[in-house]
Amino acid sequence: MSTNIQVPALGESITEAIIGRWLKKEGDAVAVDEPLVELETDKVTVEVNAPVAGTLGAIAAAEGETVEVGAIIGSIGDGAAADTPPPAAAATAPAASTTPASGGGTVDVGVPILGESVTEAIIGRWLKQTGEAVALDEPLVELETDKVSLEVNAPAAGILARQQAAEGDTVAVGAVIGTISTDGTAATTSAPAAAPAPAEAAPAAAPAPQMSPAVRRLVAENNLDAGRIPATGKGGRLTKADVLAFMKSAPPEPIPAPAAPAPAPAAPAPVERAAREERVRMTPLRRRVAQRLKEAQNTAAMLTTFNEVDMSAMMATRTAYKEVFEKKHGIRLGFMSFFVKAAVTALKDLPAVNGEIDGDDIIYKNYYDIGVAVSTPQGLVVPVVRDCDKLGFAAIEKIIHDLGKRGRDGKLTLGDLTGGTFTLSNGGVFGSLMSTPILNPPQSAILGMHKIQKRPVAIGDDIVIRPMMYLALSYDHRIVDGREAVTFLVRIKECLEDPSRLLLDL
Amino acid sequence: MSEKNFDLVVIGGGPGGYVAAIRAAQLGLTVACVEKRGSLGGTCLNVGCIPSKALLHSSHEYWTALNKLAGLGVEVGDVGLNLKTMMAHKDKVVGDLTKGIEFLLSKNKVTYIRGSASLKSATRVAVTLSDGGKESLDARNIIIATGSESVSLPGIKIDEKRVVSSTGALSLNKVPKHLVVIGGGYIGLEMGTVWQRLGARVTVVEFLDRILPGMDGEVSKSFTRMLKKQGFTIRTSTRVTGVKSTGRGATVSVTPAAGGDGEDIKCDAVLVSVGRRPYTDGLGLDKAGVSLDDKGRIKTDRRFATNVPGIYAIGDVIAGPMLAHKASEEGAAAAEIIAGHAAMVNYNAIPGVVYTDPEIATVGKTEEELKAAGTEYTIGKFPLSANSRSRVNDATDGFVKILADSASDQVLGVHIIGAQAGNMIGEAVVALEYGASAEDIARTCHAHPTEMEAIKEAALAAGDGAIHA
Repeated sequence: MSTNIQVPALGESITEAIIGRWLKKEGDAVAVDEPLVELETDKVTVEVNAPVAGTLGAIAAAEGETVEVGAIIGSIGDGAAADTPPPAAAATAPAASTTPASGGGTVDVGVPILGESVTEAIIGRWLKQTGEAVALDEPLVELETDKVSLEVNAPAAGILARQQAAEGDTVAVGAVIGTISTDGTAATTSAPAAAPAPAEAAPAAAPAPQMSPAVRRLVAENNLDAGRIPATGKGGRLTKADVLAFMKSAPPEPIPAPAAPAPAPAAPAPVERAAREERVRMTPLRRRVAQRLKEAQNTAAMLTTFNEVDMSAMMATRTAYKEVFEKKHGIRLGFMSFFVKAAVTALKDLPAVNGEIDGDDIIYKNYYDIGVAVSTPQGLVVPVVRDCDKLGFAAIEKIIHDLGKRGRDGKLTLGDLTGGTFTLSNGGVFGSLMSTPILNPPQSAILGMHKIQKRPVAIGDDIVIRPMMYLALSYDHRIVDGREAVTFLVRIKECLEDPSRLLLDL
Repeated sequence: MSEKNFDLVVIGGGPGGYVAAIRAAQLGLTVACVEKRGSLGGTCLNVGCIPSKALLHSSHEYWTALNKLAGLGVEVGDVGLNLKTMMAHKDKVVGDLTKGIEFLLSKNKVTYIRGSASLKSATRVAVTLSDGGKESLDARNIIIATGSESVSLPGIKIDEKRVVSSTGALSLNKVPKHLVVIGGGYIGLEMGTVWQRLGARVTVVEFLDRILPGMDGEVSKSFTRMLKKQGFTIRTSTRVTGVKSTGRGATVSVTPAAGGDGEDIKCDAVLVSVGRRPYTDGLGLDKAGVSLDDKGRIKTDRRFATNVPGIYAIGDVIAGPMLAHKASEEGAAAAEIIAGHAAMVNYNAIPGVVYTDPEIATVGKTEEELKAAGTEYTIGKFPLSANSRSRVNDATDGFVKILADSASDQVLGVHIIGAQAGNMIGEAVVALEYGASAEDIARTCHAHPTEMEAIKEAALAAGDGAIHA
């Protein structure tokens, strides 16, 4: 009795993939859920796992072949009947999939389904320590995958008896990573944990709690990214000990600066390192990002063109209307809505910039889903604002605000991150004056915004001081020619320097 | 016999019991609190913390008036002592506070039942009412918070007139010429301080080789010196073999703890403060099947549950330091657990305070405990003689000592001797709760001029060095 291995659903609008690499040979024994083959698409590389245990039989598609979603690419013999691989699930923070209690009064904490084709995660940070009381649904631990971070919540109230995986360990979907002991007399577990007494205030995945003075000093002196340091203190706080231990085990990483000068790790050497080098494994997120960046560079003929914008008109508009705006719409009027609207106008005029190369075809898109890059403790993520042409300024601001918050809280879903047609990236918040942003494949262009800096400029024959911003448009020259790229940027500049154009669709 | 139904019955209305009752009521449970004393507040409010602090305050004022005011330019003429008035003040404070607790219970809709409770089963409490009559309470949960009582030494009878426990020591009707305090723990030293300030000669007799056993060794040693300077006679490693009381006075017979010739100490009053035992008399624990440990304390797990489901116990009647604030923490936690929340008590961060002069306050580990555990630690110590405010107030006896982990700088213990120690220790407790390092404390701004700056300086001393010493 044999079971077929099928190409699973790979993501919206993905209809086929290329067999990248078979991980098992014909005749190999395979366990259920063991990865069998890597499939490559233009967006992701996906592993297909064995739907059953058994022996890998005939392979129906060779490496390099293109296969369609649903195609049968092999079979497994002599397996017990099993379900097909779990259907695509959004990587939101699901309730932990618990195996039944393994003995009187204990409940296992398992690694939940993480998302289509995501088979493993790394333990990022334990939010509760052994011996601490936990309430039902209270976040216990943060898991990191190559797309998102998510929290696993306590499946029962009780005391965290054991952590069975340490921070940094790789764990598979379904693995048991901890146990909660629920014994002791009958406290009802249905309590909606109003205020668990150990004064754990807001869930620790929220923006990192304030750093204590010693931690502040160490982080500043050693140029550390506090978000990357495992915290064992109360409420998810960092203690001095946490920082010292982190420095002993890893070299200090520079704080991410998208295109600013000196990406070199300029940090002074941490206290007393035995060796002159430290080797630290990359997180899945970083591996994935590295891979995609290289893909972008290797695939596209990427160039960058520059222009500058006089922000004074936009700032004047903001100043004039910001209070009324906030009063009416309940959200601050920022710059991003202007940029998004300007981008939509320009994209409508220059459709190639909104397009995508797909094999020998160019896909021109009639919708405008714009990604807005957000820096989170886990790294850079680019959630997408859908149908920007249909949204008003307030709606855009609200959505960006919400996506940013969810990004920092580690709550973005896979759906939030895929399918954009164009990207906005703001290096200005870090102080960047000018940069060459890298494309976000499979998009064909990305607009880089930078620091607004007062500069003397010539208007006519007069020298005046204006708040200026350099704009950079990196684009794929295979689909966008130079004239189109330059014109695109000029259109953006015009819209921003004269916001009335946005009103009149000019 | 009337029957009543409650989500929770708390037996005992002391700092453990009444706090548990109020917290449970806040969380929506129906609660009854049974207390047989005739007033709420337990040992603490009635015959412990509060009356002793009232007398410590009054006696301190008397002593200051007698000894210090003239030097400050305040001329008061002849200073006299009216002990009756002093006691009346103490009684008034106690009365006001116990009534205050009654008000709190009623405000939170806790049913206060005056009577003596005993367990009929895991869900039934029988009460013999103080006014007469009986009541039976159906309880879904029970918290036993019956506290503790003084113990004496075998063969030594306490009459609460000449040979007194701490209770009697709070109400002596005249200042003894010579008071012998048996037991060099905090209760004995505090009561000794009261009477010494009021003019008594005080001799402390302690069986172990130091007073305040259990405290950091350097603290006991330093404090012994301070007491001796104040005029106390401290006899350590001395065993009491008997106490005889006559109409005119008392005699305390002692021998060296290691053996040797005995001696008789003549005195006018004897305070027996050798410890307290958990109080479970008449509770009917055997009826309900509740187990005790070998020290007579009710056995509980870390969620304050006894071996009988639905019955919990907190405070002096279970293991742990016999402190009012420990009982209150446990009471609140037990109430939250019963109401279905997660709660715990962090026993590493419970402060201990001795309200003598100067005060002593500590939290966390002693040097002896750290040495025994093999933990490497650094010491940051700062004398109050170098603290401006202490100099201004002419209260320079004492120091702040911070013990921090050598590797991580995490604060492991803080020990303070000083006039304001009881207040100062609060900062150390918060620091311990948040896993602070000594550097964190050193880099936190402390107001000037206060005694609190001594804490910052001690923290600095644990690192690169104090600024002001």
